[in-house]
Amino acid sequence: MSTPETVAAPSWRARLRRVPWQQLTPLAGLVLLVVVGSLMHPAFLTSTNLFNVLTRSAFIGIIAVGGTFVIIGGGIDLSVGSMAAFLSGAMILLMNALYGGAISPVGVVLIGVGLVLGSGLLAGAANGLAITRGRIEPFIVTLGTLGIFRSLVTYLADGGTISLNFALRGVYRPVFYDSFLGIPIPVWAFAVVAVLGAILLHRTRFGRYVRAIGSNQEVARYAAIRVARVRTLTYVIQGLCVAIAVVLYVPRLGSASASTGILWELEAIAAVIIGGTALKGGSGHIWGTVVGAIMLSLIGNVLNLTSAISEYLNGTVQGLIIIGAVFLQRGRQGR
Amino acid sequence: MAHEPILSGIGLSKSFGPIEVLHAVDVDVRPGEVHALVGENGAGKSTLMKLLSGYHQPNAGQVVLDGRPVRFPDSNAAEAAGVVLIHQELNLVPDLTVEENVFLGREPHRFGLVDRGAARRATAELLATLRTQVPVTRRVRELSVSQAQMVEIAKAVSREVRVLCMDEPTDVLTGRETEVLFDLVRRLTADGVAILYVSHKLDEIMAIADRVTILRDGHKIGTFDVADLTPAEMARRMVGRELADMYPPKPAVPDDAPVALEVDELDVPGFVRGASLRVRRGEVLGVAGLVGAGRTELFEGALGLRPAHGSVRKDGRPVRWRHPEDAKLDRVAYLTEDRKAKGLLLSKNLRENVVLQSLERFARPFVRLHAEQQALERSAKEFDVRVARLDVEAAALSGGNQQKIVLAKLMLTEPDVVILDEPTRGIDIGTKRQIYFYVGELLARGVAVVLISSELPEILGLAHRVVVMHDGAITGTLDGAGLDEETVMAYATGLRRDPPPSTLESPRVHA
Repeated sequence: MSTPETVAAPSWRARLRRVPWQQLTPLAGLVLLVVVGSLMHPAFLTSTNLFNVLTRSAFIGIIAVGGTFVIIGGGIDLSVGSMAAFLSGAMILLMNALYGGAISPVGVVLIGVGLVLGSGLLAGAANGLAITRGRIEPFIVTLGTLGIFRSLVTYLADGGTISLNFALRGVYRPVFYDSFLGIPIPVWAFAVVAVLGAILLHRTRFGRYVRAIGSNQEVARYAAIRVARVRTLTYVIQGLCVAIAVVLYVPRLGSASASTGILWELEAIAAVIIGGTALKGGSGHIWGTVVGAIMLSLIGNVLNLTSAISEYLNGTVQGLIIIGAVFLQRGRQGR
Repeated sequence: MAHEPILSGIGLSKSFGPIEVLHAVDVDVRPGEVHALVGENGAGKSTLMKLLSGYHQPNAGQVVLDGRPVRFPDSNAAEAAGVVLIHQELNLVPDLTVEENVFLGREPHRFGLVDRGAARRATAELLATLRTQVPVTRRVRELSVSQAQMVEIAKAVSREVRVLCMDEPTDVLTGRETEVLFDLVRRLTADGVAILYVSHKLDEIMAIADRVTILRDGHKIGTFDVADLTPAEMARRMVGRELADMYPPKPAVPDDAPVALEVDELDVPGFVRGASLRVRRGEVLGVAGLVGAGRTELFEGALGLRPAHGSVRKDGRPVRWRHPEDAKLDRVAYLTEDRKAKGLLLSKNLRENVVLQSLERFARPFVRLHAEQQALERSAKEFDVRVARLDVEAAALSGGNQQKIVLAKLMLTEPDVVILDEPTRGIDIGTKRQIYFYVGELLARGVAVVLISSELPEILGLAHRVVVMHDGAITGTLDGAGLDEETVMAYATGLRRDPPPSTLESPRVHA
């Protein structure tokens, strides 16, 4: 039994040692990418280009904020890309059907947005309930819904493309293309979702319970935590985040098809993992996920701007970075 | 008998980070002897054992084998030299069979393929000598904890073992299995094997050990012949002070004390049939029985931790707890017997652990880290958690301190019925006494306490009444005063059984 030691006032050395250096790895990677990018091309470090990168990272980033909750809670959601495609298709069909009636175009778009947010909640709840009440592995359930949503959008589009009515596009377009205070709307949305997500994860009971469950579900259950309810809610949050991404995505192209959102689940999970969240659950940070999503988008941008590597190799570079990130994490978990 | 030691450690020291946990300890093990290591939790017993068997490297000092200095870079090197450690946490692969586990990594081969027949025969012979009836083709996952322990021992014995290190081997064994283990130890020592034996159970050490080395706070107090010591002297040297009475005084339960928790005809499918009991405010109800009798399952069923049917009343009011949260809201708390798997988030810090069950008090709506930290500091003080720093992971604490944190977590929910399941398992004698006296404080506050325990002395020392279970049923409800271990064991083994009380008659409570 050790005797309590007297603690001296912390020196700056001790303070430096207390900085969680390993958690800062993703941030260091981001800084490195920016330095490399600006050395390789003069157009890289312009505000136009950087906002472009941020805008494109918003879809994956918002979905990945939801994914952070799911993964920290010890789960996984593979269905997000298909869910995004299905919600996009359903939203466009509904808005087209409502247009021309008694409702103004703006009203139609608002109804569409409301429907998508509600459907996202329901789709997430379906995943969550199948996993917690049905006691089926998250991997299996969301692999199943991945197939279901993908085939539903293909069915809705009859194998082709669902296009938004032209008059509605004009009304809805600014949601993706306009700026507020010089910052594009999707970037605002990403920032708001990230801040709300961070508060929920780090400052509320719910967030603490998610981390406790991902760390050890049995301990959480014996501590009188409603494990099934909390885990289901992580999938509901994931569904809501997918819906928000869809609300921003539909005005960008004004269409949806069977190939919408393909491999988004991989990029979203990659953003979470690059950001330092443990794939086995229990710990992680929203800001890490944000950095991860921006990094993925930056890699594509740097490859586009320079001709050193073909842009078709984007996936290869991203893959290597994902594996590298997990390799760096190993030091933290390997004991 | 040769008296040159097989294995010894000279001036062994070990630090983890800035904290030195073992200070220049000498120890030696001779062939054919059982050498016990005793000390409170955190005294350095397990660390010393791991230094000798290659799991840790000493920061200073020397390990000597057969008179020559050696260095075991890892446990495999130690095992190759005949020094084998059996872990406190079992070290078997759950999805492999008994036979595959025993020969894991050194399977007998024939024509280039694993010779399963030979491995099975050899394993069956080994288990027969251990008098353990476990089918060699069964998966370890399907074994009971005690069966798994015997397989672990078989695995160690199957090697050319010269020094066998055992870390609390009887913690999960029943009385009969402990006897079998002791027989085996005697046969091994007769063959010249040296045994290094860590245990909290001083009566076991009196029964089986030849010499004992006592550690306190990482220092060696001394090595003694067991025959020269009484258990009381051993305990005194371990804690460095006179141990007064182990148990607090047992105040009488007032005649008018209301019944706090009442369970009637509870069935837990597969585990418990028709269990009825009641506990009053200010009373300790002991629950005795052998491992596997269904004691844990009875209360987990009543509290909504596993499916059950039957009626439960809290303060006379019928309740239906479907989830542990329901029981928590009715101010009932359950201390799990499995501290590491169900009690603590080992990779989280003490603050998050201690407030986990009562987080609603610290989050309105946002968590207040400062209030949580204050709660941790108050709890650490109240429960005498002795650590250098409070900002560490729960895994870094010794078993006794971990148990205090779990208990503190429970008590932050301010329960008035507390169910303690094996509250002193794997804890040193000083901490045990603190927990017993804490139970005494709870009684004074009018809390009702249920004490599930396999240690009869603590049941007899604390409980006003004792419920004994055998094979899923309550075989007797006994008055704690004047009760002896033999009577409880007769009920626990099913030799005696009271007729079930008629439902109309309310059992008389002895004040």
